[in-house]
Formats: sequence, structure tokens, C-alpha cells
Amino acid sequence: MAELSYREAVYRALAQEMERDERVVFLGEDVAKAGGVFKATSGLLDRFGPGRVIDTPISEQAILGALMGAAMTGLRPVAEIMYSDFFGVCWDIVANQMAKTRYMTNGQVTIPVVIRSGNGGGLRFGAQHSQSIENWAMAVPGLKVALPSTPHDLIGLFAAAVRDDDPVIFLESKSLYATKDEVADGEIVESLGRARLVRSGTDVTIVTIGAMVHRSREAADRLAQEFGIDCAVIDLRTLVPLDIGTVLASVGETSRLFTVEENPQLCGWGAEVVSIVSDEGFYTLDGPPVRITTPHIPLPAAAELEDQVIPSVDRIVEVIMKRVG
Amino acid sequence: MAQVMFDPSLQQDVRLRLFERMVILRRFEKRVYDLFLEGFVKGTSHLSIGQEAIAAGFGEAMQASDWTFATYRGHAHTLSRGVEMAPVMAELMGRVGGLMGGKGGSMHLTSVDHGMMGSYAIVGAHLPIAVGAALSAKYRKSNQVAVCFFGDGTTNIGAFHEALNFAAVYDLPVVFVCENNLYMEYTSIHDVTAVEHPAADRAASYGLERIIVDGNDVSEMYRVAQERLQWARAGQGPSLIEAMTYRHNGHSRADPGKYRPDTEVAAWMQRDPIPAYRRRLELEGVAVALLDEIEERVAVAVDEATEVAKASPPPPADLAWRDVWSDGGWQWRS
Ligand SMILES: Cc1ncc(C[n+]2csc(CCOP(=O)(O)OP(=O)(O)O)c2C)c(N)n1
Ligand SMILES: [Mg+2]
Repeated sequence: MAELSYREAVYRALAQEMERDERVVFLGEDVAKAGGVFKATSGLLDRFGPGRVIDTPISEQAILGALMGAAMTGLRPVAEIMYSDFFGVCWDIVANQMAKTRYMTNGQVTIPVVIRSGNGGGLRFGAQHSQSIENWAMAVPGLKVALPSTPHDLIGLFAAAVRDDDPVIFLESKSLYATKDEVADGEIVESLGRARLVRSGTDVTIVTIGAMVHRSREAADRLAQEFGIDCAVIDLRTLVPLDIGTVLASVGETSRLFTVEENPQLCGWGAEVVSIVSDEGFYTLDGPPVRITTPHIPLPAAAELEDQVIPSVDRIVEVIMKRVG
Repeated sequence: MAQVMFDPSLQQDVRLRLFERMVILRRFEKRVYDLFLEGFVKGTSHLSIGQEAIAAGFGEAMQASDWTFATYRGHAHTLSRGVEMAPVMAELMGRVGGLMGGKGGSMHLTSVDHGMMGSYAIVGAHLPIAVGAALSAKYRKSNQVAVCFFGDGTTNIGAFHEALNFAAVYDLPVVFVCENNLYMEYTSIHDVTAVEHPAADRAASYGLERIIVDGNDVSEMYRVAQERLQWARAGQGPSLIEAMTYRHNGHSRADPGKYRPDTEVAAWMQRDPIPAYRRRLELEGVAVALLDEIEERVAVAVDEATEVAKASPPPPADLAWRDVWSDGGWQWRS
């Protein structure tokens, strides 16, 4: 057991997989000599050498195209896209090529790639360096989408992503890099498509992911202490595959569903969760499912504005109170 | 361009194979066009008729373990890697016997077993992908070369420039082959490009040699292919070749190509690579009967492939749900 930051977990995750499998190579902008813009990959170059830890030009299409070509021909490469907002210049390779080529070729081609990227707001970076793009990614058939919320999950889900034979979009919450948690020694491997029950509860089910997991748990603690509302909190951990079974089981016990999402409201992942629960868990519900999201706006930079729009502990408490209390 | 009329260095069997490869591509695609008009070939199809010397020259020069990356105009490159005609034909018809079971269609022909690593229908996308294959060849020291074919129009998309720089920076074993057929879909490349030679004039930007070849001369294509494959295998890095050529048909489907001046079309028809090579082989003393026999053999093979493809049924419905994921299925919930 050691205390590890979410940032340090990135290094440990990459090192764990690169040590285990020499087909794993890592490329991205400023990732090798400089150790990455978030300083999460410092030391990797010294440990694994320039053949496996590669500084690239600012060429997102070339980085991701190279990732795909390398994966098609026997490697298991990992790329870093500095900020997930930059997926704007990546989508052809990601959505048209990586996601569809296995299908189009009737299974001839396998594309075991992982694309790591800093995702989400909270750092006052403004509308082009703060977005939560998980809903963009999950809209494309053929992509798996993971969002670790803790250092342990970062390592375990990353290992699962590297070992998975499908393309995985791996979104690290930028606002969590400095957060710390106890992490066990030794190899850590989780599975994609398995949610984690962060807190059990009998009155309300809160379904969330990524940075919102911590806010949801804090809100749940307050709701219990101050208002006697007992909330279960489920960290989905991956959006594709989606562990809807765990959600349905919990809603079966609580009869109330709330989602807490960092992405803008329209077509956010919670809409899909609510839709399935409304369809398949309708008769277990005692009230309408409610989504707590960032409004459908670009993100503002100023602290007071950004804090107002991304779901906060206060807002989660308030909404659940109003609907349930 | 100086014409070498006699090339004694090429073995007769190589010359006959180059000829046969071109005849296969030509006769196959002529049949595809007929089948398209008859409604057997669905959707779309982009023919390489007139451009066969490029695919034939490279197909002959490449080793079995090398990789081809092609565009939606990829029938010729697929056949030139030795893929059977019948599954290609069946794929174009949307039949279960197709190369990809009917799931890919004309624009996505792929046969990994033949090193045919895909046909890509978004302009420019496959250049960086070919670069990645080259990266993997270098990393694994496998001595394989990635060859990436694309059109003149592709030189104006960002991915072209990103891929060339990337390949040059890491000295990767990839050969980029621009088939300059003078047009994008319907617009002349000259109208929209800042330089005369869309590929070759950009080579210097990436520290590469300026290479322009007659893409309608199959022995020249074969020679340059061998040279550049060797260059890549020797660890010298990427090459960029601009092969001048012309498509006889329109861009796709039944496009009559009316945007091209009649005189230009006529001049290029005079330079049809297949009769030109046949004349040369005859001058070099190859027996007419031998060449006729090749033509006949290929004609029979195309007929047979057509029958096999027509006899193949449509894909079973459940194929639509297969191979979204590596577990073979489509499920996204757990
Ligand atoms: C990114 C993108 N833009 C536009 C198209 C539509 N399109 C298909 S083929 C083509 C022309 C490409 O010209 P060129 O690269 O010269 O290849 P050619 O068809 O002549 O072989 C265009 C514009 C596309 N498929 N992808
Ligand atoms: Mg063209």
C-alpha cells in the first residue's frame, strides 16, 4: 500500500503494461523528454528508451493513424492526445477508421489501441481546453470508453484497456491529477464494463463517472447526514461497455435514479441510462429519473462562472433534496 | 520523358507477368463496369482503367510480407496482390462469398492474408495508417515495407503532410505513391493546387527526393518500385513517387467525365499502358501467341469469377451484427 496521486498512477499504469508486454509503445506530443504537459509521463523515456516512448510532431492525424497502422500489424500502442478537446482534429482516424475497420473487413483486422487524453473542466482553461467529450466518443459504434475516477482505477482500467483487442478512448479527468489515494502494491488489472458501487444506499441511486464520482459521494454523505436521505453511488467506470445491470439492480432497490454528468446536457450519457431504466425498470421507479449535468453551453473560463455550470456538490444535494426530500 | 524501348535486363517471365497483371486488372474492371450498368454491382465503384501499370508494377515488385494501403479506387491494388477475382467480384455485388462477406463493399477491399491492408474511403486517412505499419516494421525489425497509393487530390489534405513529415522524421520504411491522374473527382488538380506537381513539388519540404515517373509505363513502374522498396528495406526512410497517369473512365459509377477536354482524353487514350506494353513485348520478340494466350486465359478467368460471384447468395442477416468488437459480437451493455 502506498499513497499515489492520480498523476503518478498514469506513470505506474504505463510502466506496468510496458514492462509486461514489449508490444506496448507510447507516443504523443511532449510525452517523452518533457514528460507530458501534465508531467504524468516523466521518467518513462529513461526507463523504456526512445524506441518505445516517442515524442511526436503536432500531428494528431499522424499520431492516431500511426497508432492504428501499428496496431494492425502486431503492436499494442498507446497515444496521448494532450487535451480531449483536440479530438476535434482526430475524428476521422478515430471514428471512421479505428472504429469501423474490424467491422468493414469482416473481422480481418484487429485494432488494440488506447488513446489517453486529459478530459473535463475545473482548471479555468476555457471552452477549448475543458470539455468533457465522453458523449462524443460513446456515440460511435466500435469505440470503448473508460473514465477512471481514482488512482487505483486509472491503473486497473488502463491495464484492461491495453489488454483489450478493441480501440479504447481513455479519458483522464484533468481536475483529478493532483488527488491522492491509497493504492495496493503489485499488478493491478480491472475489467472494462464493470461498474463500482462507491457507496451503498437504499433511498436513491446516483449514477456517475469520472470527476463527478467524488462530488456525488460528497453529496451523498451530506444528504445522509443533513437530511437522512440514503444514496447509493455507482461509478460506471466505462460508458462502453455500459454496466446497466448494476444500475438496474440498484434502482430496483431504491426506486429513484439520478445521473450526475460533467458533459453538456444534450445527448449526454445519462440520457441513455435514463432511457434504458425507463424502458426496462419502469415499474420499479417511484418518480421520474433526473439528470444533473453541465448545461448545454460552451464552458466559461472564469472560476465563478465555471463553478456555477459544472455540477457541484451543492447542486447535487439541492436537486436530490428538492425531488426526494 | 525518354522512352526505353528495350529492357533486356528484365527476365521474360517477369515481363509476361507484368503484362498478365495489367490484363487481369483491365478485363476485371471492364466486367465490373458492365455489371454495374446491369445492376449486379451495387452502390458505387471507382475504376482504375488506364492506371493499371502502377498497381501491376508494384504488385510484381513487392514481397509477400509487404503491405498495401489503397483508396476506394482499390480493385486493381487488391488483385495485384494476388487476391482471387471471384471474392472481389462477389464483394462488389454484396454477396456472402465476398472478400469481406459483403460488409465492406467496393471502397473497402481488404485481404490481410495477401498483405492488402485495406482500401480507405476518406481521402488521406490511410497515409498515416501506412506510416504506423512502417513504424511497427521498424520496431519489430521485420524488414517489411508499407506501400501507400493515393491520388493527386490527396496531396492537398492535411493528413498527407502530417504523414510525410512523420515518416521522414523517424526514417520509416514506407513508399508513398501518388497516382496523378490530373483530376480529383471532377476538378482539375491544377485549378486547386499551388504547385505544378502536386506530390513531387512538395517532396523537398520533407527532405525527400523529387521523383516523377511515367505511370503508364509498366516496366518503369516496376523499376522504380524495386528501387524504392529496396531503399526502404535498407533503412533509408520513406519515398514519395508521383506517377503520371490518366483514368479512361469517369471518377466513379457511370460518370461520363465530361469535364475533361476531348483532345486531352484522346491523347491519353493513345498512351494506354496495355497496348503500349504489348507492342513493346512484340518488338522485343515475345511470341504473339504467348500474349494472345494470356489474354484468353484471363478472359476465361473473368467469366468464371463472374459466375461464381453471381451464384453466391446475399449475406445472412446476422452478419450485420457480427464483428463490431473483437469478441465477434456487437453488445455494448454488460
Ligand atoms: C476527406 C474527404 N473529402 C472528400 C471526399 C470525396 N472524394 C472522394 S474521391 C475524391 C477525389 C480524390 O481525388 P484524388 O486524390 O486525385 O484520387 P482519384 O479519385 O483521382 O484516384 C473526393 C473529393 C472524401 N472521400 N474524403
Ligand atoms: Mg486524381
